[in-house]
Amino acid sequence: MLKQTEGSHAIAECVALCRPEVICAYPITPQTHIVEGLGEMVKAGDLANCEFINVESEFAALSVAIGASAAGARTYTATASQGLLFMAEAVYNAAGLGLPIVMTIGNRAIGAPINIWNDHTDSMSMRDAGWIQLYAETNQEAADLHIQAFRLAEELSIPVMVCVDGFILTHAYERLDIPTQAQVDAYLPPFEPRQVLDPREPVSIGAMVGPEAFTEVRYLAHHKQMRALELIPRLSREFKQVFGRDSGGLIRSYRAEDAKTIVVALGSVNGTIKDVIDELREEGCAIGAAAILSFRPFPSDALHEILSHAKRLVVIEKSLAVGIGGIVSHNLRMALSGISLHAYTVVAGLGGRAITKASLRGLFERALRDELEPLTFLDLNQAAIERELEREKAQRRSGPSAENILRDMAGGARSAL
Amino acid sequence: METQQIKFYQTGTFTVGNRLQDEQQRSVQANMQRTNSLNSGHRACQGCGEALGARYAIDAAMRAANNQIVACNATGCLEVFSTPYPETSWQIPWIHSLFGNAAAVATGVMAAMKVKGRSDVRVIAQGGDGGTTDIGFGCLSGMFERNDDVLYICYDNEAYMNTGVQRSSATPPAARTATTMAIGAAPGNTFGQGKNVPLIAMAHGIPYVATASVAYLRDLEEKVSRAMTVRGARYIHILVPCPLGWGAQPHDTIKLARLAVETGLFPLFEAEHGEVVRTTPIRHRVPVEEYLKPQKRFAHLFGKTPAVDTIARIQEMADRNIRKYRLVDERRHG
Repeated sequence: MLKQTEGSHAIAECVALCRPEVICAYPITPQTHIVEGLGEMVKAGDLANCEFINVESEFAALSVAIGASAAGARTYTATASQGLLFMAEAVYNAAGLGLPIVMTIGNRAIGAPINIWNDHTDSMSMRDAGWIQLYAETNQEAADLHIQAFRLAEELSIPVMVCVDGFILTHAYERLDIPTQAQVDAYLPPFEPRQVLDPREPVSIGAMVGPEAFTEVRYLAHHKQMRALELIPRLSREFKQVFGRDSGGLIRSYRAEDAKTIVVALGSVNGTIKDVIDELREEGCAIGAAAILSFRPFPSDALHEILSHAKRLVVIEKSLAVGIGGIVSHNLRMALSGISLHAYTVVAGLGGRAITKASLRGLFERALRDELEPLTFLDLNQAAIERELEREKAQRRSGPSAENILRDMAGGARSAL
Repeated sequence: METQQIKFYQTGTFTVGNRLQDEQQRSVQANMQRTNSLNSGHRACQGCGEALGARYAIDAAMRAANNQIVACNATGCLEVFSTPYPETSWQIPWIHSLFGNAAAVATGVMAAMKVKGRSDVRVIAQGGDGGTTDIGFGCLSGMFERNDDVLYICYDNEAYMNTGVQRSSATPPAARTATTMAIGAAPGNTFGQGKNVPLIAMAHGIPYVATASVAYLRDLEEKVSRAMTVRGARYIHILVPCPLGWGAQPHDTIKLARLAVETGLFPLFEAEHGEVVRTTPIRHRVPVEEYLKPQKRFAHLFGKTPAVDTIARIQEMADRNIRKYRLVDERRHG
């Protein structure tokens, strides 16, 4: 059914249609509207047969989810940013135990400096925890991916993170198609756990594993993700059959067939990228894009194919691997084997800085002329940085740099008036 | 269940007197139908108080819950010695997730059982003092505050034994551990304010809190059984001597557990909804030296010049407990 709704609420509605049995909630911006929506549905009786548990921390949220999933309940939670880091130990544990929990990440920066706005530093920090990571481009896709996520998680017995850009998607209102219960029921069968805590058939879960078997257990986790490389496109095709629209998959290319320059990015920024590509295409530039929807497992083969005829690769990264640069670009290295091209890493949109069409256009034009540095920070205020470096040189106790930069920029704004 | 009073005419015995009791009144462990939930063959040290406590507690809980028990274990000795993969000793559904989340995992299991209409399945969370009073404390308090239908059992051996005897917030003052060395002007652990988790549990107002000891196994079984008659958050704190960490003889585990009670250092009581409702009186009150001396972790108190001031401070702690919980009948002992 078409309706004008908020991204978070659409996600909540789709999660509810998946008939979750246990939902754990702990507030953190910007995912709060999702669990608020679900809590309301449980309390009002609209979401029956579901336990909604308010816990005391994100660590507890995922721990409750671990217990519930291990006892055979379809389990959901959501978090963001500091919350994801606070539950980090449980994030690895849920994956290691092979528990098909679905968790939304309302992508947000990590402090310090504390910042509530969008980038991908939070989910990127957990990229190797063993969870499948899906990145939504639009709110329709964010909603749809949750339905696919439960199916994917439960078929493989592995947890899935659905990463949704904080505020840009979570708080945006737009026209979305919310599926019917009958559609979701047709797509998502009841949860049949592979392992379950049941007095009728006692098992020990989470035993200590020594060197003699640890590698094999870890290999199996990897093997599951490799299977997901086949399963994710299949589930996306089946989704289209039931729901009548494209959502999900490993990657999504845009005007890439004959493109000599390919832009790769994750999440909502792909919308802006496509607009800029349209403009440049009209001017005759052979430029296209590939959105990575599944970052874990990493779709190396699919990306290799799309990049095999390209001369130039621009990776837009909403996270910074401090001390080296880009995370996505380094993951892409494997996919580039045997391909000779110019690769540019662009760190953009950190802490919610808007990635504008104008900035992207300027960036792509420079890339097309091969004028980009291997690592570029989009819209970096170089002058403010130089002034802070000068202050640090001038005196030992130069103070906290975040506050200095803020004061510097405020002063700059005043003097401009 | 009415408890049958048995009079002991042989002084000095601590046997449970099963032969004198009705079938129904006998201990769970004396019953051939006991479940051996924590089965033999595990790798606990000789004289391990925790293995003994867990065996009695879980079997008693199994009987009380008609064998419908799921256990969630914190990381620690109990987890490690019972499940070196694939040789699990657990005959019940059992999960180990992390060090600090046993209470929360138990909440999750409880929620799943509720939603699946399996409220007959009862959930136990268990951990050592580190997993309970330190790293798992947040999750424990959350579970109490929500009054989730979980029985949490803490096996308190007063330090991080699994990692090699480091101090926890349950380590008593003056005790030597690997991180509170018996050197310097104030050897051993500091005299802090302590962290009495049974009292903190009571402050949450949860329906049932008890302390228990492996020296009083019938009492332990009864407390577990009583806890299982109640729904909501419940907490049992069991003192379990650790021969390795305490520097004691394996055959002294029960003796030390008993001395901890008889000195007044570890009072046995039960509380309901935040109020103490029963205490176990001390039959033979003993000075704290008798408890401290057999333990190498307190050896520095009894050198050439005994640390009389420190011993007096520990005695004062014991005396305070005795006064607070009225553990000694002053008319008899006064």
